[in-house]
Amino acid sequence: MTDMDDARFPPLSNSLPRGERGPVGGSGAGADAGVELNGALSPLVGESGREGAPGAVLDDQANLRTYSFAYLDEQTKRMIRRAILKGIAIPGYQVPFASREMPMPYGWGTGGVQVTAAVLGPDDVLKVIDQGADDTTNAVAIRGFFQKTAGVATTTRTADATVIQTRHRIPERTLQAHQILVYQVPIPEPLRYLEPRETETRKLHGLEEYGLMHVKLYEDIARHGHIATTYAYPVKVEGRYIMDPSPTPKFDNPKMHRSKALQLFGAGREKRIYAVPPHTDVVSLDFEDHPFRIQTFKEPCALCGAEGVYLDEVILDDRGGRMFVCSDTDHCEERRAEGHRGALSGESR
Amino acid sequence: MSAVATLPDAEEERPLLKVSRLSHYYGSRLGCRDVSLDVYPGEVVAVVGESGSGKTTLLNCLAGRLTPTAGSVEFRMRDGRLRGLFSLTEAERRLLARTDWGFVHQNPADGLRMTVSAGANVGERLMAVGDRHYGRIRSTALDWLARVEIEADRIDDDPRAFSGGMRQRLQIARNLVTRPRLVFMDEPTGGLDVSVQARLLDLLRQLVADLGLAAIVVTHDLAVARLLSDRMLVMKGGEVIEHGLTDRVLDDPREPYTQLLVSSILQV
Ligand SMILES: Nc1ncnc2c1ncn2[C@@H]1O[C@H](COP(=O)(O)OP(=O)(O)OP(=O)(O)O)[C@@H](O)[C@H]1O
Ligand SMILES: [Mg+2]
Ligand SMILES: [Zn+2]
Repeated sequence: MTDMDDARFPPLSNSLPRGERGPVGGSGAGADAGVELNGALSPLVGESGREGAPGAVLDDQANLRTYSFAYLDEQTKRMIRRAILKGIAIPGYQVPFASREMPMPYGWGTGGVQVTAAVLGPDDVLKVIDQGADDTTNAVAIRGFFQKTAGVATTTRTADATVIQTRHRIPERTLQAHQILVYQVPIPEPLRYLEPRETETRKLHGLEEYGLMHVKLYEDIARHGHIATTYAYPVKVEGRYIMDPSPTPKFDNPKMHRSKALQLFGAGREKRIYAVPPHTDVVSLDFEDHPFRIQTFKEPCALCGAEGVYLDEVILDDRGGRMFVCSDTDHCEERRAEGHRGALSGESR
Repeated sequence: MSAVATLPDAEEERPLLKVSRLSHYYGSRLGCRDVSLDVYPGEVVAVVGESGSGKTTLLNCLAGRLTPTAGSVEFRMRDGRLRGLFSLTEAERRLLARTDWGFVHQNPADGLRMTVSAGANVGERLMAVGDRHYGRIRSTALDWLARVEIEADRIDDDPRAFSGGMRQRLQIARNLVTRPRLVFMDEPTGGLDVSVQARLLDLLRQLVADLGLAAIVVTHDLAVARLLSDRMLVMKGGEVIEHGLTDRVLDDPREPYTQLLVSSILQV
């Protein structure tokens, strides 16, 4: 079996024999891997990790070539790519995969990082966002990780990126056909809330028994008078599988619908990958008399004046002062660069 | 066994459920053996017998929850055709179980979702078959809560806040909301105290009559059989040892074992 798989999926970017590829990798990594791994780890250890990298091997550009591109060894990447391809073939279906230990804790996006590692090529331009921002510790660390291990170009500009890894948001700028959006997913199973048994949820998906999802929405309305679910709002993909869009706000659900970009979802701890191929129907569940609605905001962005975008609340002082600004920081900056102004941005430029 | 379609008024004469020579073994241990039975639309059949006599095993085989070791169980689908339960796909069987059938467990917690509201418990089957109108689901749930004598203002409470009798009534409403044609009940009044039992029995009897339900009720309580059923089976050691109209079996038992059962009850 393995022979056949190898024949069908030749290594893409690294044809070195295994032994010469160095210790960095999944299944084949030896006991001594930890020492060299520190080099790759360093960007995640802290903001300053870059200078004091103890594993000097990875600082050497020439040496880097002998390591697997983007951290994972080719065999692992092929395994992940197969899961991705299966996910694309069955939109919304959760494909189990042999999730690897990554040099960062679960909850830091290990699933997303593995998917990104598997799809990234040397010419890609990577953007990483966390709650819409490029500059959080998490986003900076993951971006640094791929700069280090893959040497790819990175960007904060949505328009320039070819691969965008995200936690919690979809960029405001409409994604295009050449782009891939990779979601970090903590809990991939939308039925978990009412049915904790994995064997049973798998059966429910298999038999397309989704009454439970509406039970959850019913409970929302009974308790709150409206569907109170605002994050991880369940969707039906291509008229078949119910999918958890990860903890993105429901505001972003319509952006998933028939997107031109490929959308990939990776859950590291839960060992699941799923996908929404381009131009796929993604429909938010609802009731006829309580139709799905996205969040709306009373005011435009205080910095760039944007309307119809997702806003974050920012506390200005301890006397209740606050403002609402774009959660998508790149979008906001771009608009300000174009000269747009919000109520509280008089002094900028 | 002709496949020719019968006239609608012949419907009553055709069995809804047809059981032939059904046996179930748990490994080498006998569960039940060689049971044959026809259940007609609108008919209530009681299965009585002492503990361990095979009642639950039989019921679970009939409801497709256990695969029998031998024999067959056939159900008349809405299109009028008899289908072998175990020739249905799992998807078909599960669809049947949440539309045309009901299953009332002795312990309501086994048949209810304890963490969602009473309204959602009743509405679940409606949503499962595609009802997507909240207002309609809710008013149907209210209607069913009333029918099982649960106050309307309890609709948003979850069953953890309900008494045992209320939970059992909620479980019944949850099952009947899709108007099933056949309901399986395993000791529906077991575990309830006597006055609660009496009220529940009354309610069940009325619902069964109003809805023209066919039901198979497992019980070790002959009073339950007397009140609810038209016919009864007496089981012992996994086999049916006596079978007949309920009044006949209780008033004129033929088997010595049944005579013993009946007389011991009469002493109480
Ligand atoms: N899961 C099981 N594994 C092995 N044997 C079982 C199992 N369930 C039941 N049995 C056996 O099958 C026989 C019939 O049991 P069953 O539960 O059908 O009886 P019952 O008439 O429902 O009894 P009760 O009135 O106590 O509920 C008994 O001998 C019992 O020990
Ligand atoms: Mg039993
Ligand atoms: Zn803005």
